[in-house]
Amino acid sequence: MSWIRQKITEKGSPGRVGVVIGVPAALAVAFIAAAGWFTPDRLTPATVIRTFDSVDGPHPGFRRNHAKGVCVTGWFEGNGQASPYSRAALFSAERSPVIGRFALAGGLPYQDDAPDKVRSLALRIMPPNGGEWRMGMNDIPVFLFRNARDFNSFLIASRPEATTRKPDPARIGAFLAAHPETAHALSQIKQRSLSSGFSEDAYNSLDAFLFVNADGRTTPVRWAMEPEQPAPAQDSVKTGRDYLFDDLTATLAEHPLRWKLMIVLGQPGDPTADPTAAWPAGRTRINAGTLVLDKAESEDGGPCTGITFDPLILPEGITPSDDPIPAARSAVYARSFTARSGEMKAPSAVSLNSSPNGQ
Amino acid sequence: MSERKYFSPLARGLHWIMALMILAMLFIGVAMVASTGPAYHRLVGLHRPLGIAILALAFLRLVNRVASGAPSLPTTLPQGIRLIAGSSQVALYLLMIALPLVGWAMLSAGDYPVSITGGVTLPPILSPDPALYASLRALHTWLALGLFGVILAHITGALVHGLLLRDGVFQAMLWRRPQVRTQIE
Ligand code: HEM
Ligand code: HEM
Ligand code: HEM
Repeated sequence: MSWIRQKITEKGSPGRVGVVIGVPAALAVAFIAAAGWFTPDRLTPATVIRTFDSVDGPHPGFRRNHAKGVCVTGWFEGNGQASPYSRAALFSAERSPVIGRFALAGGLPYQDDAPDKVRSLALRIMPPNGGEWRMGMNDIPVFLFRNARDFNSFLIASRPEATTRKPDPARIGAFLAAHPETAHALSQIKQRSLSSGFSEDAYNSLDAFLFVNADGRTTPVRWAMEPEQPAPAQDSVKTGRDYLFDDLTATLAEHPLRWKLMIVLGQPGDPTADPTAAWPAGRTRINAGTLVLDKAESEDGGPCTGITFDPLILPEGITPSDDPIPAARSAVYARSFTARSGEMKAPSAVSLNSSPNGQ
Repeated sequence: MSERKYFSPLARGLHWIMALMILAMLFIGVAMVASTGPAYHRLVGLHRPLGIAILALAFLRLVNRVASGAPSLPTTLPQGIRLIAGSSQVALYLLMIALPLVGWAMLSAGDYPVSITGGVTLPPILSPDPALYASLRALHTWLALGLFGVILAHITGALVHGLLLRDGVFQAMLWRRPQVRTQIE
C-alpha cells in the first residue's frame, strides 16, 4: 500500500524493518522447532502409532495395541488396608463402580486365542466422590523394554518379512544382543506358569508408581490383581479361535469373578525406573481390596470403547515414579484413542449377542 | 485527536499477562504432543490449568473491553487497515475463548477427567462421545494453528505501528507516554 510505503520511507530504518520482520519470523521458527520439525529423530506418539500400523497392518477403529478384547463391568471395594500408604479415597472401605477390558496383547484384532499369548486386564475405577484411577495390567512378570524407543525399535525389528510373512530372526537377534535386559525379560516371561483362562489369571502393573499418604509420605509400589477363583477342572477347557474370551463371557454369565488387589511395597534401592527388572521376592504385599466383575459386553457399543486406559489418570494419593514408561503410554494411548475414535470400525471378534445376565 | 490515548490499565495488564500465557500455551501444546518422554505428562498437567485460567481471564477481558472500550485508531490510518485491525481483534477474542472451550469439551467427550490441580477436577461440559472427541481434538489443533497465525500477524502489525509508523497505536498498550502527544502539553 503506497501510504504505508511512504510512511516507512519517512520513518523507517533498516534496523527497525529488521525487527518488524525478524521478531515474528523468529517466533515462527521457534514454534516449528518446539513441534519437533527440526528433530526428526525425536520419538513422537505419532511415530509409535505409525509403527504399530506398519507392523500389524491398519485396523481402523481398533486399539493399536491390545486390539482384541471385550468390555466388562463391576466394582472395586477397598478395605482400608492401603490407606496408611495412599490417601486415595478408593482404598477406604467403599464401593467404586468399575469399567474394564480383557484383551490379548498385540495389534491384531482377529488373532486366534492361544495359551501363551499375553493377556491383559485394564480398569477404570470410579469412586463415587471423584478421584478415578485407570490402569492397564498384563499377565507377565516383567515388561520387555526400559523405554518407548526400545519398544518402537523392537516392533520395527519384528515386522513380518514380505516373503516369509514371519519376523526375520536375524533382526530380532540383533535387537536382543543389543538389549540384554529384553532378552532376560523374555526368558522370565517364557518361564511363567500359564493359567487356563482370563478368570484364573493374575495381572501385574509392571510399572512402578508412588503412593502418597495423608502425611505426604511416599512409598514406591507395583501391584497385581490376583484371582480368587481356583483353576477349573481340566475337562472344562474349551477350544476354538476365541476360546479364552468365550470361556470368560460364559463364566461371567453364570457368576461374578473376583480378584484381590495386592499392593507390593518397594524398598529403597528397588528399581522403579526399570520395568524390565523384577523387585526382589519377599517384599511386603498388602491386600488393598477386592475387584468384582459381573458382566461382559462386546466392545461394539460397550462401555470400554469410548475411553482409553491411560495409566497416568491417577487419583490424589498416587503419583508417577521415575519409571519413564507410563508417560510414554499416556501420550501414545491418547494418540491411539484419537485415531480409532475418528475411524469406522468393523465388528470386533468377540461379539456377545445378548446380555449374559439376561437383563 | 482521539479522546483517550491508552487502553485502561486493566486492559493493558491483561493484554501482556495473557500474551505471555497464550504464547506459552501454544508452545507447550505443540511440544507435548510431539513427546513420549516424562515431559509429556508434566506439560499436559500444566496445559489444562493454564488453558482454563486463560478462559477465565478472557471473559474478564471481554467484559472490561465492552465496558471501557478502546482508544480509537488514528484517523490517518486508511479505512481498509482499520477494518483489518478491528476484525483481527475480534478473531483474537473469538479464538482465545474458543480454544480453551474446545480443549475442555474434547476431554469431556473423550471421557477424560478434566483435572486442574491435585484434587480439583472440572465437571464435563459434554457427555461422552468418542466420534465427537476425535473431531474436537482435530479442531483444537486447527484453531491453535489459526490463533498462532493471527498472533503473528498481530505482532507484525503492532511492530509496524511501534517502530515504523510511530503513530501512538503501540504506545496505547504501554505505560510510556505516547511520543505524538507533544503538541497537547
Ligand atoms: C512404551 C510402552 C508401551 C506402548 C507404546 C504401549 C502401547 C499401547 C497402545 C497404543 C494401546 C492401545 C490404547 C488405546 O487405544 O486405548 C495399549 C493398550 C494397552 N496396554 Fe500398552 N503400551 C506400552 C506399555 C504397556 C505396559 C508396560 C503395560 C502393562 C503393564 C501395558 C498394558 C496395556 C494394556 C492392558 C492395554 C489394553 C487396554 C485396553 O484393554 O483398552 N502397556 N498399549
Ligand atoms: C488458550 C488456550 C489453549 C491453547 C493455545 C492450546 C493449544 C494447544 C496446542 C497447540 C496443542 C497441540 C495440538 C496439536 O499439535 O495437535 C494442544 C493440545 C491439547 N490441548 Fe490445548 N490449548 C489450549 C487450551 C486447552 C485446554 C483448556 C485444555 C483442557 C482443559 C486443553 C487440552 C489439550 C489436550 C488434552 C491436548 C492434546 C494432548 C494429546 O492429544 O496428547 N487445551 N493445545
Ligand atoms: C500472544 C498473544 C496476543 C494476543 C492474544 C493479543 C491480543 C490483543 C487484543 C485482543 C488486542 C485488542 C485490545 C484488547 O481488547 O485487549 C490487542 C491489542 C494490542 N496488542 Fe496484542 N496480543 C498479543 C500479543 C501482542 C504482542 C506480542 C504485542 C507487541 C509486540 C502486542 C501489541 C498490541 C498492541 C500495540 C495493541 C493495541 C492495538 C490498538 O490500539 O488497537 N500484542 N492485542
